[in-house]
Amino acid sequence: MGTLIEEILSRKAGKPVQAGEIVMVDADYMMSHDNTTPLAIKAFRNIGKPIHDKNRIVLHFDHAYPAPNLMAAGNHRMIIDFVKEQELPFLFKQGVCHQVMIEEGFIAPGAIVIGADSHSNTYGALGAFGTGLGSTEIGVGWVTGKAWFRVPETIRVEVTGQTQPGVYAKDVMLHITGELGMDGGTYRSIEFGGEYIDNLPMHERIIFSNMSTEVGAKCGLIAADQTTIDYLENETCAEGPFDIIQPVHPVYESVVNFDVSALTPQVACHPDVDNVSPIAGVEGLEIHQVYIGTCTNARYEDLVVAASILKGKRVHDYTHVIVTPASNRIYEKALKNGLIETLMQAGCTVTQPGCGACIGRHGGILAAGERALTTMNRNFIGRMGSPEAEIYLSSPATAAASALTGRITDPRTIQEN
Amino acid sequence: MGKAWTFEDNMNTDEIIPGRYNITIDPLELAEHVFCEVKPEFPEQVQPGDIVVGGQNFGCGSSREHAPIAIKGSQVKCVIAKSYARIFFRNSVNIGLPILECPPAVDDITEGDLVEVNLSSGVITNQTKGTSYQANPLPDFVIRIAEAGGIVNFLKEHDIQELMG
Ligand code: SF4
Repeated sequence: MGTLIEEILSRKAGKPVQAGEIVMVDADYMMSHDNTTPLAIKAFRNIGKPIHDKNRIVLHFDHAYPAPNLMAAGNHRMIIDFVKEQELPFLFKQGVCHQVMIEEGFIAPGAIVIGADSHSNTYGALGAFGTGLGSTEIGVGWVTGKAWFRVPETIRVEVTGQTQPGVYAKDVMLHITGELGMDGGTYRSIEFGGEYIDNLPMHERIIFSNMSTEVGAKCGLIAADQTTIDYLENETCAEGPFDIIQPVHPVYESVVNFDVSALTPQVACHPDVDNVSPIAGVEGLEIHQVYIGTCTNARYEDLVVAASILKGKRVHDYTHVIVTPASNRIYEKALKNGLIETLMQAGCTVTQPGCGACIGRHGGILAAGERALTTMNRNFIGRMGSPEAEIYLSSPATAAASALTGRITDPRTIQEN
Repeated sequence: MGKAWTFEDNMNTDEIIPGRYNITIDPLELAEHVFCEVKPEFPEQVQPGDIVVGGQNFGCGSSREHAPIAIKGSQVKCVIAKSYARIFFRNSVNIGLPILECPPAVDDITEGDLVEVNLSSGVITNQTKGTSYQANPLPDFVIRIAEAGGIVNFLKEHDIQELMG
């Protein structure tokens, strides 16, 4: 009996647990990437005990890959040596860790997946408890297979209504982030539900869980349903049968309601992710770089939206427009179906899958004084390069429309071909 | 008993230890720069057993562990704050930095007050002002980790199940 997170943790703990209790549970998988694996290896070596189960360790190269500098190259080499030494079966080099975790079938309803990355909350979209931890804890997980958690209180976010054309799940989540605020969900589990969420396809549900990190939440969960099961069966390597876990007579700390029917496209403005404005408040602002990428918004359907807006047109001459598919699998499908050609003919630079420009390491670093409009999840000062650059966040549609004009542009004003 | 060093709300991990010093994870080296931008005299003058007093959302920002490691390296006894950012809280527990939550104590303590803290009972006594407060006591497993000097050290000697008592 309880909220979704209480239900998930109760099953793992083998006894009913409630918000406030501390539990020690088995983690199904432990994820880390090229940026966070080195410290996990250090913790592992310091503990000096053997790996508990190498089949539960999943490593990715995505944050700076292929290596843009000597330090990254050295990191990759060191991690590969470790993988060889320990005979670890899972090292992926095919896109953003969170997307690849889902595609490769590591995420299923009710699973506990800890990641040395703050956006490990992403897995909540499939009804799994995904959460970000420090590298040391991942090293501890390698040795013990376990992690401790304080069972969090839950904020239920009920979303109802239907969005207008040109308004997407990203706009809804940006709006919610603005309303809850950057610390509005600290330590909490956020449970997203309501008819709007129920009707969303999986690629858009993922945005809500992914960005639950932005309000400080421990996890952002959406209960699994038939949409989840169909997605797992058709789009991922996960093998069923899948457990559908639902909240049972839940007691929520609070319930927040949103009706999206009248919502317009939204933009999170420099310098904070909760500094959110309806597009009307920022239209016309000059943009020097558009970035369509990341674990938030670079799935196949996002590229379809961008391509439909850019087809047969040219992006603005003085604006860099960079498209980074979230994974190889997405890249391949986009290539096969002509999206990459459309985007390139419109003047976009399409890069190799991965985190790309998101963390200012390579593939689109911002100069001082530049302003970017991106499909990312956060806009911390200095994240994409110069601390004197500004980052704005939007949906792929708004980003693509703005790519054409070099200014923040309402996608509803652009005629699709 | 130790001297209180007070900090504002929303101290982020970059203010605790600027990113440019994160090339090392040695606690003592990091401690040479801890709080250097917001309180430049801190790294020089802090004494073992002193207390760091923060406001709301202490330790927000990045998930890197350098911030609690740097504070621990300065050999303060503990941090008392109104609230903590989530990953900072976990990282502190795991590296063995004791952290207490007690808003009324934070409101009461001014910089330089002499403060006594009993970690297992959660009693905070402000000797200078003659006041005393009850923080939520730390869970036993947190004290076990702190006593071992962090989870890595704990695991050298124990099985993880022993954490839960
Ligand atoms: S795409 Fe950006 S937000 Fe997502 S995992 Fe990579 S660096 Fe983090």
